[in-house]
Amino acid sequence: MSYITIDKTKCKACYLCLSECPKKLLKIGNEVNHLGEKLVEFNDPNHECLGCAMCATRCPDMAITGVYKE
Amino acid sequence: MAVQTFKVPDSIKKDMRYSFCPGCDHGVAVRLVAEVLDELGLRENTVAPASIGCSVCLYDFLDIDMVEAPHGRALASATGIKRAHPEKFVFTYQGDGDFASIGLAESLHAALRGEKLSAICINNTTYGMTGGQMGPTSLIGQVTTTSTMGRTVENYGYPIKIAEHVALCDGTAYSARVSLDTVANIRKAKQAIKKAFEVQLKGLGFGFVEILSTCPTNWHMTPQQAHERVRNEMMKVFVPGVYKDITANKQD
Repeated sequence: MSYITIDKTKCKACYLCLSECPKKLLKIGNEVNHLGEKLVEFNDPNHECLGCAMCATRCPDMAITGVYKE
Repeated sequence: MAVQTFKVPDSIKKDMRYSFCPGCDHGVAVRLVAEVLDELGLRENTVAPASIGCSVCLYDFLDIDMVEAPHGRALASATGIKRAHPEKFVFTYQGDGDFASIGLAESLHAALRGEKLSAICINNTTYGMTGGQMGPTSLIGQVTTTSTMGRTVENYGYPIKIAEHVALCDGTAYSARVSLDTVANIRKAKQAIKKAFEVQLKGLGFGFVEILSTCPTNWHMTPQQAHERVRNEMMKVFVPGVYKDITANKQD
């Protein structure tokens, strides 16, 4: 099962990663950062993540700190 | 057992958080530099003069030896460092205002002298840190805080195409322009940075990469719209590509 790890203290809610995920597994969550912006959540109930690291390559703030591929 | 395919580069300081605005491509460019430093094993042997502008914060992010240069003079400082310590790897990371406006003489003459240096220039068509004034690379018609009716040729002239100018210098070994608007282009940008670093390591001459970047805050756009602007407007004027590569000629 592939997965990613997100450091929520680094996410600035630019949402550039949302359109990169080929499986659309990244969504805007309900948790907010210190600026009041809604943070990105990784939601993969059906284990669809490919571990392609496109989200991490795109993320300008290195908030996606790790991508693990099965 | 899951294999880690992406990790934060070792050359990035631990628990560091970027001070850039949300969606700014500076963060991607700094990460690419750190990844290349890791891959070439240069972290312990690198000295870098920091420039002025948003790029100045590089010393807060990278775990390497750095000194601060006066505005535009990063490549002049780099020349001194490299000549005093030829065994060190020396690179600069500058904005377009720093490299191509106030520092144009220092930058082009470093290329003309064929200094064994690598330079990275982030082109976002504006002075980002000081509030979005018109820069040397601002596009014709671009509205900034100092060209409120849009940049006109009559009053302000044409934007400078940095990669082409550096490629014309005889001391240049490698000059390329890359973009960060898509994941594919980010991967190409990393290869270009690696090449610019390698020409210095091989002692061939000056290595240069111009990176087309975004400034969502001063362009008054969302990060997504800013990437559209890079694709639709900037890449038409500043065409990505390799403008000089003397290693390619040698292989032919």
